[in-house]
Amino acid sequence: MKVAVCINHVPDTETKVKVSTDNTTIDRAGVNFMLSPYDEIAIEEALRIREKFKGEVVVISLGPDAHKETLRKALAMGADKAVLLKDDGTRDSYGVAAGLAAELKAIAPEVILFGKQSIDYDNAQVGTLVAELLGMPSVAVVVKLELQEGKALCEREIEGGHEVVEATLPAVFMAQKGLNEPRYPSLKGIMAAKTKPIEEKPAASAEARVRTVRMKKPPAKSSGRIIGNDKAAVPELLRLLHEEAKVL
Amino acid sequence: MKILVVAEHRDSRFKKAALEAATAARTLADTLGAELVGLVAGSGVAPFAGDLGAGGVRTVVAVDQPDLARHSNTALAKVIAAVAAQEKADIILLPATQTGKDLAPRVAAKLNAGLAADCVALTVENGEVIATRPVYAGKALVDVAVTTPVKIFTLRPNVFTASSSGETAQVEQRTVPMEPSDFGAVVTATRVASGRPDVAEADVIVSGGRGMKGPEHFALIEQLAEVLGAAVGASRAVVDAGWRPHTEQVGQTGKTVSPTLYIACGISGAVQHLAGMSSSRYIVAINKDKDAPIFQVADYGIVGDVFEILPELTRQLKQTLGK
Repeated sequence: MKVAVCINHVPDTETKVKVSTDNTTIDRAGVNFMLSPYDEIAIEEALRIREKFKGEVVVISLGPDAHKETLRKALAMGADKAVLLKDDGTRDSYGVAAGLAAELKAIAPEVILFGKQSIDYDNAQVGTLVAELLGMPSVAVVVKLELQEGKALCEREIEGGHEVVEATLPAVFMAQKGLNEPRYPSLKGIMAAKTKPIEEKPAASAEARVRTVRMKKPPAKSSGRIIGNDKAAVPELLRLLHEEAKVL
Repeated sequence: MKILVVAEHRDSRFKKAALEAATAARTLADTLGAELVGLVAGSGVAPFAGDLGAGGVRTVVAVDQPDLARHSNTALAKVIAAVAAQEKADIILLPATQTGKDLAPRVAAKLNAGLAADCVALTVENGEVIATRPVYAGKALVDVAVTTPVKIFTLRPNVFTASSSGETAQVEQRTVPMEPSDFGAVVTATRVASGRPDVAEADVIVSGGRGMKGPEHFALIEQLAEVLGAAVGASRAVVDAGWRPHTEQVGQTGKTVSPTLYIACGISGAVQHLAGMSSSRYIVAINKDKDAPIFQVADYGIVGDVFEILPELTRQLKQTLGK
């Protein structure tokens, strides 16, 4: 079975975001980048599928050369092949989806995995866009995935519960935390990844559909207020919640 | 100009997020001088379709047909795209619920439309709709414009106010012919936990962190949540430790929430956690370390032992609320 995983290279979760001087993106100075955490879960799932059904795992990332670091990590975890669709990294979701869909069409995998969202722009739309562009079913926010002959049985998270979804293959799945525990790359895996080639090619072009007007910081919370110590402060808290905040 | 608002429902009622989207659509339509039409699709939806009038929508298209009893994102996206095309809608709004987030990209691809997802504000600048959306889990915001002729926006639940005018909309029934191939992925069962609300939808959240010292002490969090009708939330540390399910995790790799009241108990306030809850309207923090970062975003902080303060807070609240 051929499984493709689309992955992204994002600022790590400890990053304190600063806005760039042109007010349209973040200031990348001093920011550490990493494999997007949900994408890591998607890679793990692909590896488990390969362990069960044989076949190969291809990882794809669209962006500048820096994304090779993340592709290298996927290879170290055990992916067989990596493809970098080169681009300057400023595309909108549609642009990313169109570039990935063109490559996926050529690879023709039976299963395509994404993380449920990339933790930079939090759009949560690329995976579903790719599915629609390829005419495939998709299941988002997947916490359980079981492949059978020509179909998949999944569980996905919804507000306050779960949906059980049956999808015909080929299909796109977007991984949510809880689907599995991603493995750490082994030393052997890390060494092997150094010699695995990363195929590089230009990403298929696509016109932007969304324009960023400006990026800004959220309005600062008026810096915190401590109303008291220990349980003696409880009556004052209740009074403030009732009279000032009016939430009780 | 025409706006189409797609209304989500469950158990023959519109979801709160649907009424919020309808109200936001009404406001936007008034600002732009645009027409507004609602859409509800499913099986058995016609009888309650008119309730969308509560949000200020006067006409609702109800696509009510038995084959839609099988919930499928591909099938619903086809219905939405078809009605949007029939109505010549320029702007389509959906709630950014799990269902809405699953449908909007498909509708966007079908209509060659750009999509701004999970918006927290819609404004009009020089005649152009500008959507504000959080990025990096709320560490920053971007204002974006959709540049295609048809523009799609999904709206974050719990952010826009839902009006309830008590009015009823006029319902126009329509059918959209479906093919078997439209049902590529089908929901075969839905399991919704009854009782406590989900963190993503809750008005009040009581959240616990490592300061709770062990999973057994979350009973204190649950008791307070019970009194307040609140959802239970958790920090990444306690979810990673296996104390609480990941569905409760608040923060950058969990849920980004903006309830009216967020009560953080024994949570120090890591950057990724603050990102996920700082947009809450009122934040209460209880922590023994007076230098914990959580106090910098707290409207009302109490320094002290959660094991003493929480039971006392629960007890006094019970009295106040007469429970």
